[in-house]
Amino acid sequence: MIEFDSVTKVYPDGTTAIEDISFTVEEGTTTVLVGPSGCGKTTTMRLVNRLEEPTDGAVYFDGENTRSVDEIELRRNIGYVIQEIGLFDHMTVGENIATVPELKGWDEARIDDRIDELLELMALPREFRDQYPTELSGGQRQRVGVARALAADPDVLLMDEPFGALDPITRDDLQDEFLAIQDRINTTIIFVTHSINEALKMGDKIAIFDVGEIVQYDTPHEILANPATEFVEDFIGENRLLKQLSITPVSDVMDPVEAHADQFDDVGGTAAAADGGERLSDPPSPSTDLRSSFITLLEADRSMSPVVEDGEVVGVITESGIRSHFRDGTEGA
Amino acid sequence: MAGVSTTVLEGIRYLVANSDQALGLLVQHLKLVLVSELAAIAIAVPLGVLAVRYERAREPIMAAGNVAQTIPSLAVIALMFPILGLGFRPAVVALFVYALLPILTNTIAGIDGIEQSTLDAARGMGMTDNELLVRIQLPIAFPVIFAGIRTSTVINVGTAYLAFFIGAGGLGRWVISGIDLFDMSQVFAGALVGAVLAITLDLALAGIERQLRSDSGGQTAAV
Amino acid sequence: MTTLLASPIAMLPALVAEYVDFAATHFDELVVLTIQHALLAADTIAIAVPIAVTLGVATTYDDRAATVILWLAGIAMTIPSLALFGLLIPFLGIGSPPVIFALVLYSQLPVIRNTYVGLTKIDEATLSAGRGLGMTRRQRLRRIQLPIAMPVILAGVRNAVVIVIGVAAVGAYVGADGLGEYIFEGIRTGNTTMIVVATIAVSLLALAVDYTFGVVEQYLRLRNGETIDQALGTRFLTTLLSVRNTHQ
Repeated sequence: MIEFDSVTKVYPDGTTAIEDISFTVEEGTTTVLVGPSGCGKTTTMRLVNRLEEPTDGAVYFDGENTRSVDEIELRRNIGYVIQEIGLFDHMTVGENIATVPELKGWDEARIDDRIDELLELMALPREFRDQYPTELSGGQRQRVGVARALAADPDVLLMDEPFGALDPITRDDLQDEFLAIQDRINTTIIFVTHSINEALKMGDKIAIFDVGEIVQYDTPHEILANPATEFVEDFIGENRLLKQLSITPVSDVMDPVEAHADQFDDVGGTAAAADGGERLSDPPSPSTDLRSSFITLLEADRSMSPVVEDGEVVGVITESGIRSHFRDGTEGA
Repeated sequence: MAGVSTTVLEGIRYLVANSDQALGLLVQHLKLVLVSELAAIAIAVPLGVLAVRYERAREPIMAAGNVAQTIPSLAVIALMFPILGLGFRPAVVALFVYALLPILTNTIAGIDGIEQSTLDAARGMGMTDNELLVRIQLPIAFPVIFAGIRTSTVINVGTAYLAFFIGAGGLGRWVISGIDLFDMSQVFAGALVGAVLAITLDLALAGIERQLRSDSGGQTAAV
Repeated sequence: MTTLLASPIAMLPALVAEYVDFAATHFDELVVLTIQHALLAADTIAIAVPIAVTLGVATTYDDRAATVILWLAGIAMTIPSLALFGLLIPFLGIGSPPVIFALVLYSQLPVIRNTYVGLTKIDEATLSAGRGLGMTRRQRLRRIQLPIAMPVILAGVRNAVVIVIGVAAVGAYVGADGLGEYIFEGIRTGNTTMIVVATIAVSLLALAVDYTFGVVEQYLRLRNGETIDQALGTRFLTTLLSVRNTHQ
């Protein structure tokens, strides 16, 4: 979908932002560019919508060199979200969201429907439509920013530290919501952040940048299990295993219900269990991460728990199962 | 202090006694100000936009504007005499030159003051230079540009008094002949009408600004 | 006049020669008038700046006072100069006194405003550092605020000087000394050469003073550690001063 082919960017003042970078972003995935400040990740992103032009090499969009595409046309098909949000304070929330559809000449009724649709998608009340952005909180403003970027159904969404300026709780909420939205919109996303935790949480693929180059480009699991260099290891930081648990869903390690049929008095029915511990009030679901399921087990003093989806037991998660996954992870490192 | 109140009273009496002439001079004065000011707006705003858009145009434009403002107003008006002669036209040209800078600097400052992130977002979503100008830069800079227009207009009313020296009439006539004849009531009457004109124009412009902002659905709700 | 309008460009070389000739024959008088003009401006600034800076400092102590003082200074700016000169004649006579009085009034707004802005725009952290060091309010003003605000205040003074030089020319109509005398005499007698030479002289004076103040302002900014594009004169001044310093 988007291909960087030996791209080098040198600024007029002589600083080299990135040097000879090559990687490919697959359609429909979220690729996170992560690294310390000044590593060239933002420059790399801005090469996609041609806010920067490469000094050497080329960026391909659907197989076509972006330099041969009209930059205005290109940008209108690429959503763009930045940390500072950059809402137009002189326009209402609705007008902000309508910007690109208007530039593209959509008819009024279609724009109108689209605004409502996006407000709903971003969990913003309809009354916001006619309000001005200055009246909103930081989290609400960035929801509008994302809605505005998604307005014209872009093929690609570029997000430059979109949640970086928010407080930790709002950031967490927005990350979770955005993960859910991501599944619904199925857009190719390039996401820039300096936080490895955010990268692990949001990315299907992660490109780790050192100064001006990509040192590892892989899935979150692979990066945690097999950091390519010492730099990557340092960048991941402490608690690698804990991080691995955090990004692994229960569905990856759960056993089928039948394997533990003897352990449950009510197979396939409820979350009630028979291994002597407390009843679980909130059993994990297949998409819950291993870290919180493990905590659930510890808190309830149990060795296993049913995995419940829509009121049905769909599998069993066991402490030994998690342990063995944990061990596999270390062995791989 | 007795002298002051006498001058004020005599001045108002003079004004009432010569209200017909006052009206004529006021109309002349207003024409000078309006024509020169409208021309200044029509030139200064596009020039400011050019200066912001083309880095290379910026310095010469600002330098020319600064020189135009540093040259004394009397010098600009007096210079029109040898170049364009006497009367309305040379006076309007002089006042126009003098009215440019406040609008020019405010246009540039207003557009320059827009946050980089706003421009970045606009460019990133694919606005052309002209769309950026019309949808983002001018609306956001509007209050600052308009403040420049107001300052320029008020200064213009004062400078237009000097237009009488090159035969363009206006309220300068009362002030100058009052000084010549040592008739302070006439000087005061001339100054008073101009002051009222300056305040009225300033208030009218403030009203127009508010109207334009609410028409365009601008920031009125947020302010 | 009419011949001039017919082909101004063809006339230009002849006109320039005429202007140069006039300037040469009236050189002594022009120099005297220019000096008188500059002195009048200097007198005005010497009186106006201490008043305006004091008022500017006062405005930082009280917001309401700030609004009132700035408003009054703004109103003063809108009084037509010619009328103000005239109205002051009964009280101060003709000549320089009413002109200086009016010019002092006109210089207030730029200097007060810049003093206020310069003093209030200082980084809060810098001020609390001063407080933390145990400085009194007066010490903070003298040791921190005024030095940091100095370039901004000077920019206001520069602005005021340009206004003063310009309006002082009008003052010649009520008998003040300076280049305005030639402008008015030229207008009265229809002597365009006289007008042109005098307006060029007064414009050059204004531009020169503006440039000089600009250079000093930049020098102060540099001393405060700001980075700016330096004018030629600033580079010259800084080199000159650093040479002198190393020789000491």
